[in-house]
Amino acid sequence: MKRGVFYFSIVLMVLYCSGPFLWQFITSLKPDYELTMIPPVISKNPTAIHYVSIFREHPFLRIILNSAIVASSTTILSLIIGSSCAFGLAKLRVKYKSFILGFILSVSMFPPIATVSPLYIIIRALGIRDTWLALVITYTTFSLPLSIWILTNFFKEIPDEIYLAARVDGCTPYQIFYKIMLPLSLPGIFTTAILVFIFSWNEFLFALTFTSTPASRTIPVAIALFPGLHEVPWGDIAAASVVVTIPLIFIVFAFQRRIVEGLTSGAIKG
Amino acid sequence: MTKRENGYGFVMPALVLLSFVTVYPIFYVFYLSLHRKLLIFDISKYVGLDNYLFLLQDDRFWNAMKNTVYFTAVSVSLELLIGLSLAILLHRSFRFKGLVRAIVLIPWAIPTVVSARMWEWMYNTDFGILNYMLGAKINWLGDTFWAIHAAILMDVWKTTPFVVILLIAGLKVIPQELYQAAKIDGAGNWAIFRRITFPLLRPVILIVLIFRTLDAFRVFDAVYVLTGGGPANTTETLSIYAYKVLFQTLQFGYGSTLSVTVFLFIGCISIFYIKILSKEMR
Repeated sequence: MKRGVFYFSIVLMVLYCSGPFLWQFITSLKPDYELTMIPPVISKNPTAIHYVSIFREHPFLRIILNSAIVASSTTILSLIIGSSCAFGLAKLRVKYKSFILGFILSVSMFPPIATVSPLYIIIRALGIRDTWLALVITYTTFSLPLSIWILTNFFKEIPDEIYLAARVDGCTPYQIFYKIMLPLSLPGIFTTAILVFIFSWNEFLFALTFTSTPASRTIPVAIALFPGLHEVPWGDIAAASVVVTIPLIFIVFAFQRRIVEGLTSGAIKG
Repeated sequence: MTKRENGYGFVMPALVLLSFVTVYPIFYVFYLSLHRKLLIFDISKYVGLDNYLFLLQDDRFWNAMKNTVYFTAVSVSLELLIGLSLAILLHRSFRFKGLVRAIVLIPWAIPTVVSARMWEWMYNTDFGILNYMLGAKINWLGDTFWAIHAAILMDVWKTTPFVVILLIAGLKVIPQELYQAAKIDGAGNWAIFRRITFPLLRPVILIVLIFRTLDAFRVFDAVYVLTGGGPANTTETLSIYAYKVLFQTLQFGYGSTLSVTVFLFIGCISIFYIKILSKEMR
C-alpha cells in the first residue's frame, strides 16, 4: 500500500516535469486545423509541416547556427580564462585572495538589467551591435564567476604535493597548469562546459538588446519574437521549441550526474 | 611550504574582463541615472537626483515593485515547499532513480523563453489544455487577477528542479544513523522531519533561498515573454519596467535609475542573507 502511494507520487512528478514539453511535442505534429479542435487530443493526422516551415519560411537554420557559434565560443573562452584564474587562486600566491573570490561571487549576483543600458551604449560605440562578438564577450564575462567557482574547487582538491613535485622537476607554473592540472581536472572542466553552454544557449535579455537582425539573432530571441502574419503560429512555435530543446534534453540525460555535481558545487561549497 | 610563484598572470585576464564588462558598467549606470538622456536625439543633461525624486512619485514604479515582491515571495515559497517534498521523495532509493532524476531536470534545461511560449499555449483560453482539463474558461493571461499567478505557476515549474537538486545534495550529507536511531526510539515521520531533517537542512535551505530570491527579484524573460507585463501592468516587474523605459521609450536616464534601484535592492537582499548565513555557519 505505502509502496503504491510512493510510486504513484513518482509517476505524478514525472508527468508534472515532462508533461508541458510532451504537450508541446504533440502540438508540433498537428496540422493547423487540429490546433483549434476541442477536445485537444493527440493528432489523428500527424504532420511534419511545421518543421519544414520553420526552415523554409524562417531563417531558422541561420539562427541555430548563431546560437551554436555564440554558445561554443563562450564556452571555450570562459574555460580558458576561468580555468587559468582558478588555477592561480587555488595553487599560486595571490594577494587578497579572499577579497578576489568575494568580488567574483558578488559579480555573479549583479542583475543583468543593471548593466544592460551601459553595455548597450558601449557596444554601439564600438560598432559591434548585432554581431556574435558582442554576445560572446558579454556571456563569457557573466559566466566567469560560475567557471572560476567550480574550477577553483576542483583544483583545490588536487594535492599540493603534485604541484611542488613538478616544481622540483623544473616545470614552470604555466607548464604545470596545462600539462598536469588541466588533465587532472577534466571532469570539472567538462561539468563547467555543460553549464556555461546551457547558460549561453538560453540567455535572453542581452541577446534581445544587442541583436537586431537574423545576422546574429539567437534562438531565444527568435522564439520570443516569432512572427505571425495574422495570428500566432502555434504549430511553428511548437516545432521550433522542440528543435532547440532536443539537444538540451539529450545533454541532461547523458550528463545528469555532471550537471547535478556542477550545480551543487557552484552553489553549496560557496 | 616552499615559496609559491605569484599567480597574477593567471588571475589577471579574468579580473580585467570582469572589471570592464561588469564593474565599469555599474559605475556608468549610476552616472547615467543622474542624467536626462534620450538616446535618439543625442540629448544628455546632468539633472542630479531628479530622476530619483521622480521615481518616488512614479505610480508605475511602485506598481512594479509590488508585483516583483509578490512574485518573488509567492514563487520562492512555493518552490521551496514543492522542492522539499520532491527532494524527500527522490532521496529514497527505487528503481529507475537515475532516469526519474534526469526527467526532473528537464524544466531546468529548457530555455526560459521556450517554456514561456509552451505555457502560453497551454494557458490559451479557448484551445489550451489547461482549461480543457479543468473544464473552465479562465482567461489566464488576460485577466488581471490570474495573469500574475499564471506567471508564478510557470516560474515554479521551471525552477523547482534547481531547488530539488540542491536539497537532495543537502539530504545526502545527513548521517543515516540519525534516522535509524530515531526510528528505534519510535519517532514518527513528522517528528523525524521536524527534529532531524529540517534543522540539519537549514543551511542548504538558506542557500536555496538566496539563489532563488535573487533570481526571482530580477525576473525578466519568463514574465516578459509570457505576458509582456500586461494586462494593465499587473505583471510588470521591475526589470520589465526598466527594460521598457530603456529600450521602448529610449529614456536612458530614467531607465538607468530604475536599473540602479533593482541593483541596490539585490545588493541589500544579498547582504541580508549573507549575514544570516554566516551566523548559521558559526
